[in-house]
Amino acid sequence: MKRLEAGTELDGFRIGACLHAGGMAHIYEVTYADERPSPFDMVMKVPRMTAGDGAENIVGFEVEHQILQVLHGTHVPRFVAAGDLVNLPYLVMEHVPGLTLQQVLDAHTENRTRAEVADIARLGASIARAAHSLHQQNTCHLDIKPANVLLHPDGHAVLLDFGLSCHAHYPDLLAEELRKAVGSPAWIAPEQVVGVRGDPRSDIFAIGVMLYELATSELPFGNPQTSGGMRQRLWMDPTPPRRLRDDLPEWLQEVVLRCLEPEAAKRYPSAAHLAFDLEHPKQVKVTKRGKQIQGTPFFTHFKRWLKAAGMHYQPSPLPSQQIDEVPIVMVAVPNHEASDATLYSLRQAVARSLGIRPGARLAVVTVISPNLSSTSEHEKSETTLHRQYRTMLQQWAQPLDLDEHQTSYHVLESSDVAHAIVRYAEGNNVSMIVMGAATRGLQMQRFVTTVPIKVAMEAPCTVILVKQALPFEHLMV
Amino acid sequence: MKYALLSDIHSNLHALDACLAHAQTQGVERMAILGDLVSYGAFPSEVVARCQKLQQDGAIVLRGNHEELIQTHNINTANPNPSLGSQTAEWTHDQLSPAQRFWLEILPLTAQVDQMLLVHASADAPERWRYVEDERTAALSLDAACTHPDVRYVFGGHVHHQSLYYRGTGRQLMAFKPTSGVPIPTPKHRQWIATIGSVGQPRDGNPRAMYAVFDSTAAKLTFHRVAYDHRAAARAVREAGLPEFFAQRLETGK
Repeated sequence: MKRLEAGTELDGFRIGACLHAGGMAHIYEVTYADERPSPFDMVMKVPRMTAGDGAENIVGFEVEHQILQVLHGTHVPRFVAAGDLVNLPYLVMEHVPGLTLQQVLDAHTENRTRAEVADIARLGASIARAAHSLHQQNTCHLDIKPANVLLHPDGHAVLLDFGLSCHAHYPDLLAEELRKAVGSPAWIAPEQVVGVRGDPRSDIFAIGVMLYELATSELPFGNPQTSGGMRQRLWMDPTPPRRLRDDLPEWLQEVVLRCLEPEAAKRYPSAAHLAFDLEHPKQVKVTKRGKQIQGTPFFTHFKRWLKAAGMHYQPSPLPSQQIDEVPIVMVAVPNHEASDATLYSLRQAVARSLGIRPGARLAVVTVISPNLSSTSEHEKSETTLHRQYRTMLQQWAQPLDLDEHQTSYHVLESSDVAHAIVRYAEGNNVSMIVMGAATRGLQMQRFVTTVPIKVAMEAPCTVILVKQALPFEHLMV
Repeated sequence: MKYALLSDIHSNLHALDACLAHAQTQGVERMAILGDLVSYGAFPSEVVARCQKLQQDGAIVLRGNHEELIQTHNINTANPNPSLGSQTAEWTHDQLSPAQRFWLEILPLTAQVDQMLLVHASADAPERWRYVEDERTAALSLDAACTHPDVRYVFGGHVHHQSLYYRGTGRQLMAFKPTSGVPIPTPKHRQWIATIGSVGQPRDGNPRAMYAVFDSTAAKLTFHRVAYDHRAAARAVREAGLPEFFAQRLETGK
């Protein structure tokens, strides 16, 4: 469609300034033509081609037209209206305020600065949370790149442009029998290169590329223009970021390189796991991956190159199903007046919950009263106290077989135990809370029941309330 | 206009009534029965009567292969061990009145309405009852139907599975496994072919009845699975003295 003049009316909307004239579409500010107020600013996206032209690039618009209408939540622009694809193709959506990550990167380039570690972690966690919200809705974005990430002034990230996305409930219009690579060359995941569409871990790879960019101002795999160039990432490790920036902590390199693993199975199993690590740097388990400064040796690359030659398309299961299989399980461990039976039963319940889910992550949490740490030597006593409780949690978890599961230990301070547990679960995309049905012993029964019930009522996820029970041999001793 | 597409009822009155009731809640305005009203189940006469009434109220009713199978009696008099299928075909023949059998015999093979071509099996040779079971056979049916410039959609039954085939960016058809209850955008500028599953004899391990709703105005297709009293339907099969296999099939959906 030709560029629209400001002031013209289209299907009930008045066209304002043209904000963007791209190769695929024009984006205009719009208001309702009947002057009725809108609760938020709106933009209209109008493709250059129409369906009647039979052009390939209309497909991307058609995909976005399909998917944007069914997505919800704060991590996508709110959908307002859509025109008929054939006669009057347009999309009206929320005009989300903020800067794109591309603008943030450009500013750093211009000022010759690099993002602070804390900022990288914060941005990365917001983007991972946005991706997770999409995956929960059975959608993979598949074109996450700095220009498509909008940073809202309040700190959350909004993902834009669903033209290459894939919603598992709809036929994938971009798929074809030849399984060609669809994506932006610098950020595309290795499995996308061989035509896999619908693996949420492809989005985690793209977030890894952006974290690498933020940290080093370089692209880990360059910006290849050929399919052979794109195939490199099927076997090649990028230069360790710490080699390019020596003040980068090992934990951050560990996180970035885990996102960039060529095999999807070696990356974070869900974006919630990634957000978790970025928000709890001290809990990141640093491996060789985080420490290395030398590049990967030739022979290792050669072996992987041979393996990659055989990589081919495989269908992916539903995104929501995939991420359901790798939940973040949280266990709330009582820290005083807890009987052996309670602690034992909690451990059994956790072992059972993790047992059938190899990629699941465990967060062991306890809540202490703020009064405990409010002594004169505030700073010092707090760390000592927290260390004490953390050790207690580690001892509790000792008998569990946690080789397959990333585990972290957290001491929360709050006078409202239930509230602290629920907030923690919300903030970390926890899928399941395991806690005692009675947490403080029988003499306080009257209070006790309220904590688990309050958690069960307010939690954003499944809550397993564990009743204490010791096996016979323990009772005999 | 919202159409309910129902096929392969196979004398299962419980399942048919459940789907019709469900279609009412979806705001369906017109019914289309895509063949195989009879065989296998315990209520051939009642199902035929129901469909005749629907036809009087404006429904499209098409002929399937089973409407032909039940026409001739004593199909296998020479065979001392008749197959399960021919046993029920004979039984069904006897349950139906001559008028009902005649009505079934003269049902049309296809119908074309609102850019849809409706057919029991494959549009490329409706009378040969070819299965549309993969991308290749779906393409044969779709290409044959779309020689008519108005046709954008081909809906059929016969295979007892719910599948949607579409063209992606490549030339060949792609198969898509639908999720029940999700309206799928099927815009008119593309060509689509779907098998809508079986009302009365699911075979995918899920006993719930299958049918679909097509909204021609919004260009959206929704596949549905409807729970019904499949145990009662199976009980009726046993009570009618029909082969045990067909009762178990309703119970397990296999």
